[in-house]
Formats: sequence, structure tokens, C-alpha cells
Amino acid sequence: MTPRLRPGGQSAPDDALVAMTDPTRWRLLNLVAAHGEETATTLAAQLPVSRPAVARHLSILGRAGLVSGRRSGREVRYHVRPQRLEQAAQWVTQLASEWDARLAAIKRIAESLEDA
Amino acid sequence: MIPDRIEREIRIAASMERVWTALTEAKHLGTWFGDAGATIDLRPGGAITLTWKGHGTTRARIERVEAPRLFSFRWVRGRDEEPEPDNSTLVEFTLTPDGSGTLLRTVESGIRGLEMAEAELREYARLNDGGWTFELGELTAYLAGMSE
Repeated sequence: MTPRLRPGGQSAPDDALVAMTDPTRWRLLNLVAAHGEETATTLAAQLPVSRPAVARHLSILGRAGLVSGRRSGREVRYHVRPQRLEQAAQWVTQLASEWDARLAAIKRIAESLEDA
Repeated sequence: MIPDRIEREIRIAASMERVWTALTEAKHLGTWFGDAGATIDLRPGGAITLTWKGHGTTRARIERVEAPRLFSFRWVRGRDEEPEPDNSTLVEFTLTPDGSGTLLRTVESGIRGLEMAEAELREYARLNDGGWTFELGELTAYLAGMSE
């Protein structure tokens, strides 16, 4: 996968960052990804967090485009939207590219230094 | 899925002492990390400031200094704030001999533990957009040099 130079337009990773940098939302996202079709009730049963808190986090994940919900009777069932997760993964690829560039710069400096 | 740590390494045709100098002296630090200068108080607990053209200053705090093998610090991405466990990541450099050269390895960890407010994250993503472009340009230039 080639890292994108710019996260521009609607594919900007900022919303996905919101999800992946909060530990509770991160766990929620992983649970939904692993099992699919989770509801706020089933998710709250698996985390040390109240159902209203889970619903609030799901709403943030939904706004970020990372999960979407489908009404089923009295409950909403959530599943992961892989495209947005992919974009979050690309963000990490970009972080890795930053380090490749920094290490390359350190290499250039060290190899051009004269012995003291 | 998304990892909590990023690990990269590079082989350098220079002694560990030279790599250590490139890593830790302010005049070098201000070019490979930041692009408009840096200050460093090289001791555990010492402060680092990194300046970027147009992006202002960010701060780091040194954790370990074991010349010429280990250097680590916590830094705050994209904002001028004192590093704390919940707003910073840990960066560790380890140097090992590699023939006549040095293997330099870096690990940045704690990425998922960052607890930033939503608005700050948006600003962070905006600021770093330009940063990635610049640094990837550096990488491209480097790779072009490798294929000669």
C-alpha cells in the first residue's frame, strides 16, 4: 500500500484519529470489528462502561464513519465500515513514513560527520 | 489492525559515536527532527524543544541517555505542551554495532493511549498534513539516492 501524501477531502483521517486515540472507543471498534452486528447492550456487557457511555462512543464512531448502525426491532446493530478503518491504518503508515524520513536524515548526517 | 507502536530501523555506514552525535546534538536534531532548530539538555529529565517553520514549537522530555547505545524521550505531537503520559508518545532509539557501521532502530509507542480532545485532534491532523508531505519528499530524495 502506498502512503498517501495528503489525507485531503472527506478522506482526512482526523475523525478516525478521534476513534483510535481513545482507549474505550478503540476497544469498542475492535469488538464490533471482531463480532459484527453488536448492539450497545451487548457491547456494554463486554466493557467496564455503562450502556449510555457505550451509546455515546458509538455515536462518535458513527460520525467518524467508522461504524454504521442498522435498526433491528428495538435495538440498533452496528458494523464496521472498512473503508474508514483503512484510512486510519494509512495514517499509521504515514507515521511510519515520517520515521523512515527521519532515520534517512540521521543517516545522511552521521555518514557526513568527520571524526572528532 | 492499528498498532500501538511503530518500529523502524536503518543501517548507517558510520560509527555508533557518530550516529549518537547526529541524534543528540542540537544543530543536527534541529534538521532531522524539526526543520528550524532545536535545543536539548542531554540528561534524563532534560528538555528538548523542536521548532518547525510555520508550525511553531513542540516539546519533548528526555527519559534515558546511555551513550552511545540508548536515547529516549516523550514528545507531544503538533502542539506546544509539556509532555505527560496521556498527551505524548515515547520514542526510543537503540544503536547496535553492525560490522563497521551501526544499526539504528527506533520505536514510537503509546500511539493509541493518546487522549486528546476532538478539536485538538483535528488541528493535529491539519498541522501534520504539511509535515508528512515535507518528510515524504525527504524520503523520496533518499530513495532516489539509494538507486544510483
